[in-house]
Amino acid sequence: MFFSISLYVALAIFGFGLVYKASTWFRYNIGIEAGKFSAPTRVFKAILGIASILFSEKILTLIKVFVIDVVLQVRILRQDFLRWLMHICIYLGFMLLLLMHALENFISEPLFTDYYSTVNPFMFLRDLFGFMVIIGIGIAIFRRFILKVPRLKTNAMDHYAIIILAVIMISGVFLEATKITSHTEFQFMVEDYAGLSAEDDADEIKVLESYWVKEYGVVSPNVKKPFDKELLDQGKESHEMNCAECHSRPHWAFLGYGTAKIISPVALGLDRTNMPTILWYLHFLACWIGLAYLPFSKMFHIFVSPLSLLANAVMEKGKSEPANIATRQAMELDACTHCCTCTLNCSAAVFFEIFPNTNILPSEKIISIKALAAGKELSEPELRHLQEGIYLCTNCYRCTVVCPVGINLQDLWFNVRESLLKKGYPEFFALSPLSFYRGLMKEDGDGDNYQKPLDQTREAIADRCELMKMPDKVLPLSDIDSAFKGTLNRSDQANTFSGCFGCETCTTVCPVVASYDNPREVLGLLPHQIMNACGLGLKDLALGSNMLWDCLTCYQCQELCPQGVCVTDILYELKNEAVQQVREKSLMERTL
Amino acid sequence: MKFALFLGCNIPARLNQYESSARAVLKKVDVDLVDIKEFNCCGYPVRNLDHKAFVLASARNLALAAKKNLNVISLCKCCYGSLKKADHLMKENASLRAEINKILNKEGLQYDGDIEVKHFLSVLFHEVGVETLKKKIEKTFTDLNIATHYGCHVLRPSKVVQFDDPVAPSIFDKLVEVTGAKSIDWSMKLDCCGAPLWGVNDDLSMNLTEKKLENGKKAGADYLCTACPYCQMQFDTVQNTILSIRGTNHQLPSLLYPQLLGLSLGIERELLGLKMNSLPIEGIEDFFTEQKAMEA
Repeated sequence: MFFSISLYVALAIFGFGLVYKASTWFRYNIGIEAGKFSAPTRVFKAILGIASILFSEKILTLIKVFVIDVVLQVRILRQDFLRWLMHICIYLGFMLLLLMHALENFISEPLFTDYYSTVNPFMFLRDLFGFMVIIGIGIAIFRRFILKVPRLKTNAMDHYAIIILAVIMISGVFLEATKITSHTEFQFMVEDYAGLSAEDDADEIKVLESYWVKEYGVVSPNVKKPFDKELLDQGKESHEMNCAECHSRPHWAFLGYGTAKIISPVALGLDRTNMPTILWYLHFLACWIGLAYLPFSKMFHIFVSPLSLLANAVMEKGKSEPANIATRQAMELDACTHCCTCTLNCSAAVFFEIFPNTNILPSEKIISIKALAAGKELSEPELRHLQEGIYLCTNCYRCTVVCPVGINLQDLWFNVRESLLKKGYPEFFALSPLSFYRGLMKEDGDGDNYQKPLDQTREAIADRCELMKMPDKVLPLSDIDSAFKGTLNRSDQANTFSGCFGCETCTTVCPVVASYDNPREVLGLLPHQIMNACGLGLKDLALGSNMLWDCLTCYQCQELCPQGVCVTDILYELKNEAVQQVREKSLMERTL
Repeated sequence: MKFALFLGCNIPARLNQYESSARAVLKKVDVDLVDIKEFNCCGYPVRNLDHKAFVLASARNLALAAKKNLNVISLCKCCYGSLKKADHLMKENASLRAEINKILNKEGLQYDGDIEVKHFLSVLFHEVGVETLKKKIEKTFTDLNIATHYGCHVLRPSKVVQFDDPVAPSIFDKLVEVTGAKSIDWSMKLDCCGAPLWGVNDDLSMNLTEKKLENGKKAGADYLCTACPYCQMQFDTVQNTILSIRGTNHQLPSLLYPQLLGLSLGIERELLGLKMNSLPIEGIEDFFTEQKAMEA
């Protein structure tokens, strides 16, 4: 009764969860394009899109991807054999347990007329499948907690997934072990299956019990080893007549039998406390919890990852219906298993060692994007950290190429980056070659919003430099920051500015200066003036010029300086200094 | 001859033809390549913001190659310049070296300046040699005027990058002339392509690129030739944008050096990826000597 009710409750939650989660795929808007389509439009377009794929030659692509990437999981194999072994063990073992053992009433029994969970090969197979899952969990624990892979992040959801699987498996094995040793269970089988009664067949039960204690691992309060041979022979005879047909030797259930041997000294006590029943409750309740929570946990990937792999195999930006791309992008968030393959392959992940912003790591970015997509109110610092994390990406596409569930992460970053930039926070990484890709993708962006983030960031930096705002003023000596020179020490060459004698060679050869008729107006200070400002300790002037951000870093100035001033390196140094000041400060102010 | 191939971020994502053509050329001249999957960004893009982050990223790559006891070959000039600079700093600056190695040690890496970083062109010129290349040439060009674009970050700062004479370099020209093409003189040969500002200050970037293209065209170039993904994309993809936005008529298509050399070495067209460029470059085959002879 309790079993059925709890199962139905779990199933109801599971069903509700599936529908709810799937509905988010059509409701959540990610990026600049998604908001253009209503949820019903997206549902309609999705049905249309799926139908058009199913009735085209693309169905062949789908079949190929299903076999190679979904069933055989070649994408994981390409990454790492150990991880593939781990996942194939868990996924195959668990799937087979589900089909053969959990759904035995619906699958195994109708399919095999001689099916009994206590008969081989089923008895052996159940333990074999369980063993596979346990091996997989073992590798997962080893990988996450022992093999400290740098930048592989493990969060609460990863803990939950490992724990729920472990509880289901371990309770199952112990349930089997306590049932093997249980005398109560033995008595029950004798009465129900063998049809012997305790009063009438006491002698036969005794010989049978002796045989089962000797050969089948039962721990009995009545009979004790050693038994004499005659008794056992009689027991064997009775066993063959009454039991053998429906019960293989428990040795075949190697996990349960091994555990039974270990617990046999305390087996009688366990049996008296009704441990098999307690473990049975634990086992099925853990299963129901796993089932009910599945759509809300990372286990949801069981359903969504195949969808993501299949969808990405037949969809392409620019060719597929934009409404469907928006839907796919929302769905992909549920496909993510937080396996961190993206992070482990990320070209930019190394920067996390310097900038303590977890959003630099793709696997963590996606968690923030999930919150953003779900409409959670992120604070300004959270949004800005996400923006910075997404901008600090070299757009090398590696994450997308390696993702085992085929998520098009590159598109996701692009879309979220553009929508975040719209919010108007300065983005200092925009003033770097990281913007090259954004320039190439100009057409795909939001036209009006292209230039704004660049201008805003320059303004945010210049805003800190009061002296820059007073171009005609005679500079008082009080503005000299004598400590400033000392702060320019990141690279060895940074202090060479003191050799500058103002010959202006740097400015003369600068291709950027040469590009303007009015360079002073556009660029602020010119290279030789910046060198002078450094020498004088005029921090604001050194840090506030547009020249810094319009520098090509072509090194003409540095190469040709007769005094050996490392002009380009000093400009790099000043850019570092300017950003460091503003980045920290502006982040803190916004927090306040 | 064996090198760890450093592809960087742009080539695998946006310029596959550079990788396939360079691999094919190097295979032809018996240079073995080792791929190190763990390589990361060279650090160049973050140099504006954080010096230490830049050095760390570069040094990690150097450490990975050093662990396999391999010298590095880079196809990108910005990666080359960054790796060279980091290598230089790791050798010269003991306190920075200690600081960086402390971070690298966390994943069992260490760099003490024990390997060399080379650019694709310097490997072809110094290690393989012009004479060897000439022996392998199957087809030559006639009356083909090529404007070589050296790229800033291999030439300067010369003390650090040590690629060629920074004022009068000749490696690239000699490599181009192996194919029978003429490397023309043009005044802006050593100037920047404009790519570092693409996406940061597009107008300025386009002005610089356009000026350079005009200069090359006036000097009589049929094609530009590059050996860097940033320069190539600037002269190819971005030039295409410039042509459509500004409607300028001095189109000067650019091709990658391994595409040019590959044609002469008789490498399959597929591997050279001639069709993958934004601006068509297939017309270059009209300059094959045999083609010219037939026309005559």
